Amino acid sequence: MLDTIFIGLSLGSVLLLVALGLAITYGAMGVINMAHGEMVMLGAYTAVMTSLYLGLGLIAAMPVAFLVTALMGLAIERLVVRRLYGRLLDTLLATWGVAILIQQAVRLSFGLAFAGITIAGLGPGLQNVSLPEWLGGVFSVAGSEISVYRSFIILVSLLLAALTWFLMYRTSIGMQLRAIMRNPQMAAACGIDTNRINALAFAYGSGLAGVAGVLMAGFKTVFPDMGTPMVVDGFLVVVMGGVGSLVGSILSAGILGQINGLTAAVSNDIIARAVVFAVVIAVIVWKPKGLFSYKGR
Amino acid sequence: MSINRRHFLTASAAIATGAIAAPTVFSRAAAAADSIKVGVLFSQTGGLSIVERSLTDATRMAIAEINASGGVLGKQVEAVIEDGASDPKTFNEKASKLVIQDRLPTVFACYTSASRKAVLPVFEKRKAALFYPTYYEGFECSKNVVYTGAVPNQQLSNFIPWIIKTLGKKKFFIVGSNYIYPREMAKVSKILIEKNGGEWVADEYLELGHSEWGSMVNKIKSSGCDVVLSNVVGDSVIAFYREFKNQGLSHDKLPICATVTSEIEIAAMGPEYAVGSYTSFPYFQAIDTPANLAFVERYRKFVNDPKAVTHHALESSYFQVYLWKQAVEAAKDTSAAAVLGAIGGQSYAAPGGKVTVEKENLHTALTPRIAQWQADGQGKIVDAYPEPVFPLPYVAYGETQQNLFCTPAGLDAAKLKG
Repeated sequence: MLDTIFIGLSLGSVLLLVALGLAITYGAMGVINMAHGEMVMLGAYTAVMTSLYLGLGLIAAMPVAFLVTALMGLAIERLVVRRLYGRLLDTLLATWGVAILIQQAVRLSFGLAFAGITIAGLGPGLQNVSLPEWLGGVFSVAGSEISVYRSFIILVSLLLAALTWFLMYRTSIGMQLRAIMRNPQMAAACGIDTNRINALAFAYGSGLAGVAGVLMAGFKTVFPDMGTPMVVDGFLVVVMGGVGSLVGSILSAGILGQINGLTAAVSNDIIARAVVFAVVIAVIVWKPKGLFSYKGR
Repeated sequence: MSINRRHFLTASAAIATGAIAAPTVFSRAAAAADSIKVGVLFSQTGGLSIVERSLTDATRMAIAEINASGGVLGKQVEAVIEDGASDPKTFNEKASKLVIQDRLPTVFACYTSASRKAVLPVFEKRKAALFYPTYYEGFECSKNVVYTGAVPNQQLSNFIPWIIKTLGKKKFFIVGSNYIYPREMAKVSKILIEKNGGEWVADEYLELGHSEWGSMVNKIKSSGCDVVLSNVVGDSVIAFYREFKNQGLSHDKLPICATVTSEIEIAAMGPEYAVGSYTSFPYFQAIDTPANLAFVERYRKFVNDPKAVTHHALESSYFQVYLWKQAVEAAKDTSAAAVLGAIGGQSYAAPGGKVTVEKENLHTALTPRIAQWQADGQGKIVDAYPEPVFPLPYVAYGETQQNLFCTPAGLDAAKLKG
């Protein structure tokens, strides 16, 4: 039983990792960022590349991935998203286009594949990152074997959630961001530089996705399409938790993870997936704004 | 300028004659050219391109070798290569292009069952010949397809008894991706497990491409099984083996015995996650014969990659071109009907040993082998059949060599029901 709950917790933490960044870009800024999954993918590839070329381990790759994807997010915000604020469906299409661009860029080694040049670590193939010794294996708790790496992911995702909460609720930038979430026009009228805050928030959300990608690389397959299914899961969490609510995202990630884990244990993974979707649908029928929502833009 | 009526008529007549004559002139020119054209259709782009490009390369290499040694019927072979883009619909369109527009009688094509099913109507309607190199689930009996990969009985008929007798494992946990191939493999496995005195404790599936294995591996742990039979495919394989090790399971005590995990997947996951597990295939890169060593050497030189790996479908892609050559030479004709008529009974000394296309069902007799994965990412052959095994595409439904369902007359549907 303990290991089933643990698996559920672990599934929830993986969901939370992806959803945290989305909770900011979608929740706070009203941008449906379809390229979020690609940020996860880029983070995972950063882990592959840094271990291949710089000999860095998984832990050291995390800040590098954060920087790489945050810069990428900043560029996307500047070039594409900034021009589309308030046009929800347009952001969906535009960022989806960006997602395809990024995927193909990785697959074609940034276009060098056309010239017959291949970069080790990129390309259409499957990549992997090896775990440090101390993160592999298991430890025993009350007769159940618990995976060290999954515990590590739970820990990191909670730390990142705490960090995000701190930034949102205890810093002046966070306060300005929350003001923009409630009412962008009014915030701008009060002298908040909405362009700057939005750009920073988008970069931070993308950076979180990059860190998530590094952690994913430790136990999933790294390949150009890996981000696409994750962005769907991420949106499920954010929509169920309530757009713009950090606490909502954390709780709904936990709930969906446990539902997934428990259903998979008593029946199987395919039914578990269906049950997760059913629960999300039921929640948004019952509470269209999600579990935790407030009036915003 | 005035156009008088007579001039106009002559001119139109000339154009009309030209138009009618043109296709004949064109096709005569094509026939007169000193080359035989064949189609090659695998994915050059998209998710499956990593594997399918290697199949294209193996096909091209066989064609290049044949050309270097004088071609077929004294003519050079020319490959018309199209890209299926990892998408069954594109496969169908490109197959139509090759068969209908280019009028190619023979096409070497397809890796997945989904793409094969998508192109099948084109080949059957136009009576063209398809050479299909992948191991697949069976349950097909087309007179227009030459199947050169393994069918379930060629991967499992030696594997299951060997697991039970040699490894001494009796309780199977069957796990696969949720689509036709793993489900058919599971059916055959269960028949064989029960026949050999073992039992299966679970038969579980995950979505294709699923990479979250936490729950499943946990279930395997608590199921009380002593061996895992995996029919998991694609990138899920890598996540599965990694989760398996990360949750503290070891192949020494609880080995994964797989039907799809090849050299490619092992390289992608990192060999340390697979050391000690088993796979059953007719061909492994590690087959230690001069013919195979030379083949691996030639392939690496051909693709200009000293670390390139070879695998079962790749070897089939290579030798099926030679089988086609033999059929053409036996019939002295390149038409599809001639090739399909002469291909039955053709034998070839492939890198992995002798292969024979069986007249009855146009599937290929192959030698099943079992390998244990080593730290260098290569399989060590631990068991091999003494001779090639007859292919039985309907073995899950009770087909035996004495009672064939798929015969030159077509599929005997009555037997399938009974």
